[in-house]
Amino acid sequence: MENKKTTELDNVVVRFSGDSGDGMQLTGTLFSNLSAILGNEISTFPDYPSEIRAPLGTLGGVSGFQVHLGSSKIYTPGDDADVLVAMNPAALKVNSKSIKKGGIIIFDTDSFEKSDLNKAEFKTDNPFDELSLSETTQLIPAPLSSLTQSSLEGFGFDNKTVLRSKNMFALGLICWLFNRPIDQAIHFLENKFGKKPDLLHANVKVLTDGFNYGHNLHLTVSTFLVEKSHETPKGSYTSISGNKATAWGLIAASKKAGLELFLGSYPITPATDIMHELALRKDLGVKVVQAEDEIAGITSAIGASFAGDLAATSTSGPGLALKSEGIGLAVMAELPLVIVDVMRGGPSTGLPTKTEQTDLLQALYGRNGESPVVVMAASTPADCFHFAFMASKIALEHMTPVILLTDAFIGNGTSLWKLPKLAELAEINPNYAKPGMEGYNVSSRDEQTKVRYWTIPGTRDFGHRNGGLEKDYYTGAISSDPANHQKMVDTREQKINNISQFLPDVKIEGNADADLLVIGWGGTHGHLMSAVNSMNKKGNKVALAHFNYINPLPKNSVEVIQRYKKVIVCELNSGQFATYLRSKVPAVEFLQHNKVQGQPFTVAELEECFGKLLK
Amino acid sequence: METKEYTVPYTAKDFKSDQYVRWCPGCGDYAVLNTLQKVMADLGVAPHNTSVISGIGCSSRLPYYISGYGFHTIHGRGAAVATGVKVANPKLSVWQITGDGDCLAIGGNHFIHSVRRNIDINVLLFNNQIYGLTKGQYSPTTKKGYVTKSSPFGTVERPFRPAELTFGARGTFFARLLDVDLKNSQVAMLAAARHKGTSVVECLVNCVIFNDGAHNYLAEKETRTDRLIMLEHGKTMIFGKEGNKGLVLDGFNLKVVTIGEKGVTEKDILVHDAACDDTTLQMKLALMEGPDMPIAVGVIRDVVEETYDSAVEKQIADVQAKSKIKTFDDLIATCEQWEM
Repeated sequence: MENKKTTELDNVVVRFSGDSGDGMQLTGTLFSNLSAILGNEISTFPDYPSEIRAPLGTLGGVSGFQVHLGSSKIYTPGDDADVLVAMNPAALKVNSKSIKKGGIIIFDTDSFEKSDLNKAEFKTDNPFDELSLSETTQLIPAPLSSLTQSSLEGFGFDNKTVLRSKNMFALGLICWLFNRPIDQAIHFLENKFGKKPDLLHANVKVLTDGFNYGHNLHLTVSTFLVEKSHETPKGSYTSISGNKATAWGLIAASKKAGLELFLGSYPITPATDIMHELALRKDLGVKVVQAEDEIAGITSAIGASFAGDLAATSTSGPGLALKSEGIGLAVMAELPLVIVDVMRGGPSTGLPTKTEQTDLLQALYGRNGESPVVVMAASTPADCFHFAFMASKIALEHMTPVILLTDAFIGNGTSLWKLPKLAELAEINPNYAKPGMEGYNVSSRDEQTKVRYWTIPGTRDFGHRNGGLEKDYYTGAISSDPANHQKMVDTREQKINNISQFLPDVKIEGNADADLLVIGWGGTHGHLMSAVNSMNKKGNKVALAHFNYINPLPKNSVEVIQRYKKVIVCELNSGQFATYLRSKVPAVEFLQHNKVQGQPFTVAELEECFGKLLK
Repeated sequence: METKEYTVPYTAKDFKSDQYVRWCPGCGDYAVLNTLQKVMADLGVAPHNTSVISGIGCSSRLPYYISGYGFHTIHGRGAAVATGVKVANPKLSVWQITGDGDCLAIGGNHFIHSVRRNIDINVLLFNNQIYGLTKGQYSPTTKKGYVTKSSPFGTVERPFRPAELTFGARGTFFARLLDVDLKNSQVAMLAAARHKGTSVVECLVNCVIFNDGAHNYLAEKETRTDRLIMLEHGKTMIFGKEGNKGLVLDGFNLKVVTIGEKGVTEKDILVHDAACDDTTLQMKLALMEGPDMPIAVGVIRDVVEETYDSAVEKQIADVQAKSKIKTFDDLIATCEQWEM
């Protein structure tokens, strides 16, 4: 029994899939966290339906959670799965196209009865043949439901409660398959169920039985091991989702700036977790107003900004559309404001739980009048923290609304995050009017940077009237003078353009001496980087320029782009960043690779695309 | 830069900005502005601790004319902006200036929700029953059948009655004033400022250009005292030129009686209870219309309930007292973490 074969893997992709109520998200999270504790690189992605609870066992109700573990640097939650845990036939069917050749499918035989197959719309009695998986995958049947029932015999739970623990049986099995000691999983369960000893005891029992079941029955020819990663910089880490990281980035910025944080927001998928996270942080003095609509979300935030808070609003595409007029007011009033748009599939209600990068042009241009704002984008779950912090810093130091674009993929996905300390973060110095400043008015500004001076209600001697009407450049009084309007339009634009002086240069990753420059922005960094690295390993010369700052662009952007003969812009829309770059760098021919399917890129499709261009 | 040396107690002049007031000559808004500046002085809050927020419309220009901190925002959203201002900085005295279009059409949603939350702001709702700044279209309070530029054959819409809407949104304060009725206006507005919670003051104002005389029934000096009743908490509901008319209950309805006729004495007249939680009688009073009944001005409802902004503050204080997380670094320390 002990001489069982163990195969070492550099990285592995495990996908847990079942009904929305099967606890797949929890199972996946536990597995990824305990792997990270053992030293693996991790990246995860939940894929859940917009229905809260679709009818049991149906295709519409399948909820998945993918975990990618690595012993070297990994950038994405992975394309296809090495191991699929399918709690029912619907989960099998939905994921059948994303299992690797030679992959393993663990499935609950108790849920593969005729009636279950019918619910998942199978036409025959053998779903594996029907999906052509019998030949290409290794099937591990296990009666998870009945094993869980016998595991909890005598516990006195009703059947429904018992079956809710079958995800722990699956987790136990997976721990065995990947040589993961279950102690750490038990520790996590203690944290989760500490206040409900009955449930804790039951879940630990099922988890342990699942592990032993695999161990005793030799369910596979080999188990697997993904070694510790040695490429990760030393330090303390946790696993964090993009939405949580965004919320915490805002908190960190407020503390660094010495301001209270205010969030005005309205629930919208997939951005609501930012509000949830901030609503929890009353202990840090965060004020959250769940507004009556998206417009009140942003306008209450503008009010809070006027009154002297670091103010933010969080939303997704349809909400950003509703906030347009509010953003225009913040542009005109020159108030600091952070607008987070966790992009989802559009237009209209579109694909609320799926990912896209289709709001870029809306963020850049979706307002009346000449209305320049800072637009930036985070690229991984963990770096949402940094970019939420930077969005706040720029807003406060340059007195402007900043739109931070993230997306459903990085918002809900998780990655490893090196824990920061407040003292290590950059200073934030809002552009306050200096006490005793002569001749202050609402339009008074730093003549170099064009940044307006901020004065907070409650401060003596700085009373002023702000508003959405055009102001006289010199006196701050309302003005419709033609030449003054031109001057103010130019001033607001210069103020934004000037910010490029404060931004880090765009980096070239991969092979700097490349035949092909790949350009990306925002949440696609992981897939693009993986594809570029893989191409270069195969002897190609490919470079990646990935943008986090979009308006203004980093000051070296044009020079970097013009260095390469062949340039392709890859994005999850029909070519919005490419269109923007053409307006900024007209001399360059930008090729495009676009996908608008509500799904991230796959590394494989990118490699195929780059391969063709290099022929 | 406003470097006024304030005199304490303040005078109305301390609340005047340096801007030239640009409403049409004869506009009712002037009277409300003057009343407001007097009330602000009486209230005793310094100009720099006073914040005046508005949306869009004729009345929404008002913040430019008040010293201290003003914000002329976008159409309909003044209530939401004011909410943010008050939550962010509860020490400020926050006023929202709005009109019947700004507040009840485009801003209807924000209005009812700020009233429902009972955020501590003072809402001056300038009701002239018309859109002025866009030059004469009917508003949500325009009387049915009225001919305007956008209703050349008369409106077919039923108007809102602001009191009803305020009560429906569970408002804690409602008052009404008439632009030309300066003395009563000041009493009502000061009570609004002192009320903790959303104070809605319906200001009946005359638009001399597009809806001149809309409130003439009430405004004409000779008949005003017979057509208007000033309600004050704890006082009998007596009105009229001779001071001998009063309100009594007749079944479920109100009725006007004359003291000294048919055996009616002052003791039979109702006493106004603005602090009564039940809105039934207050609603009846607020909805009285001529010619059979007088129109009510003054404070109609004024009840005490926790305000939204103080509840937010209190919850933060409660959580902070219990939580181990005092700093950002404490928050980071709560993460499930491991060394790599």
